[in-house]
Amino acid sequence: MNELAAAVPWLGKRNPAAARWLILILAIAAPLIAWQFGRSWVRILDFALLYMMLALGLNLVVGFAGLLDLGYIAFYAVGAYTFAFLASPHFEVHLPFWLVLPLGAAFAALAGIMLGFPVLRLRGDYLAIVTLGFGEIVRIFMLNLNYPVNITNGPQGIGMIDPIVLFGWDLSQNLQITERFAINSLFLYYYAFLACVAGSILFIRRLQISRVGRAWAAMREDELAAKAIGINTRNLKLLAFALGATFGGVAGCLFGAFQGFVSPESFSLMESIAVLTMVVFGGMGNIAGAVIGAFVLALLPEILRHIAVPLQQAVFGHVLLDPEVLRMLLLSLAMILMMLLRPTGLIPARARYAHPENLHRSSQP
Amino acid sequence: MPTEEKTPLLQLQALQVAYGGIQAVKGISLELHHGELVCLIGANGAGKTTTLNAIAGVLPIVGGSIAYEGKPIANLPAHKRLRQGIALVPEGRGIFTRLTVEENLRMGAYTRRDRAGVEADLERIYTMLPRVKERLHQVAGTLSGGEQQMVAIGRALLSRPRLLLLDEPSMGLAPLVVEKIFEVVQSVSREGVTILLVEQNANLALEFAQRAYVMESGQITLSGSGAELLADPKVRAAYLGELDEPA
Repeated sequence: MNELAAAVPWLGKRNPAAARWLILILAIAAPLIAWQFGRSWVRILDFALLYMMLALGLNLVVGFAGLLDLGYIAFYAVGAYTFAFLASPHFEVHLPFWLVLPLGAAFAALAGIMLGFPVLRLRGDYLAIVTLGFGEIVRIFMLNLNYPVNITNGPQGIGMIDPIVLFGWDLSQNLQITERFAINSLFLYYYAFLACVAGSILFIRRLQISRVGRAWAAMREDELAAKAIGINTRNLKLLAFALGATFGGVAGCLFGAFQGFVSPESFSLMESIAVLTMVVFGGMGNIAGAVIGAFVLALLPEILRHIAVPLQQAVFGHVLLDPEVLRMLLLSLAMILMMLLRPTGLIPARARYAHPENLHRSSQP
Repeated sequence: MPTEEKTPLLQLQALQVAYGGIQAVKGISLELHHGELVCLIGANGAGKTTTLNAIAGVLPIVGGSIAYEGKPIANLPAHKRLRQGIALVPEGRGIFTRLTVEENLRMGAYTRRDRAGVEADLERIYTMLPRVKERLHQVAGTLSGGEQQMVAIGRALLSRPRLLLLDEPSMGLAPLVVEKIFEVVQSVSREGVTILLVEQNANLALEFAQRAYVMESGQITLSGSGAELLADPKVRAAYLGELDEPA
């Protein structure tokens, strides 16, 4: 939160308390503002929050522990499919949300450890290639596990997934306050996801300055030296993969329930790269960076889409460039500009494991 | 002074280490007694660093044995060996470049739980390394090579080692700085820490060390006291030849 507040332009440095309130108010008011432009924008915001969770989880692996993971979306898929298996008509199982969510997280963590073991001794390019392969393997499994026994329903995906139900309260139904006034389901999901993101940030913040966070920092800086000062790098790598995957799994569960439908095409390599781009764009190893990177890069393509089509029609009379093509083009352009202008991301990370105030607190008697 | 009847602190027997089929250490035996300062000299690629890394446990061995205080430790992972009191200052210092000096030093106490003891040790290290104390809040990557080496040694000392493995502390440093580093090494040695020092700067290392081993293409070819080796014509020819000429 402090890092996030400091990232607010102008106000952040002068009055951090005010900046903090501003972020809080904006976070709460965002769907109301988006609603003015149409309900699809609230939906886009909901997705932006899911991307934030993904970026936070991936940042843990890539930014904190220094393990480049190009297949991160696989854990999102594991979470989403776990939810689809255990709460949909597909297997005629309808377990409650509170049971499926931890199961989805646990399966994703398990998948994280399964990926972690074979890559323990790899780093850099080699690690990237193996994780990339892992992401594709999971997707291809989902795509083909419909024969001879239909498990994943193949490319058709699984539909009619149960919504999130909190204490008997169905988030997919509009909340009727009075006869004429109802809160749209998209808002309910927004605030539920917002709470998840806030919880994730708090947890990861504590983690970063903990013993584990320090050990990750050491491992990222110099693995041999980390071993030499008594860090069990094997366990810490596995922990990074498992914890990172847990966030992916939780986000996947939320995604499955929110969307009501999962299919392998949601978990392509492009999605892994998109999440990694968010982390890099925001500033690797930085919580605020991951949040802002996810927010900007989840919204930017949608904004472009809404501007580009009418603009092209106005100028050329017809659409020359498909918005999807344009999206990739502009994203690449944004990345190139970032690398030139701010190579360490929008909000450069303090590589330090602790803030000075924490350090001094611990060194005072 | 070492007493022969006591069990050595560290004993290597027929130690072999290989990198994917290529033998870097071909069955060496050496021993270190409590409180000794022993150096291992040899040319580039002789297997000195490999030996040190194998003792610290960051490299697996393929043959022979490593005994620490009489107990075999070859199967212990590196982090458990550190808990037993074996600390390594790796080749090239292994500084955490983006962390501050203080953070680097405190990382050395990663395995320790006694807060007060760590603070006391930090103070001790600050008095021993005044240059480091001046730069506590500086990012370690911005330090000079000599200062980085001091930080690396300080970090290793914070784990309260009984056996300190130093891998070429003089690498890439100016002669004056090297002398300062060696003074630090000597004062650590005087505090009772047993030290195994790997060096290419044979002249200086032999002057400081009580005993020394000479390593050549994976094998130990000579051993003796520092003074003996310093006087040995073969050693002088092989390792000190160039060092004698300049004033």
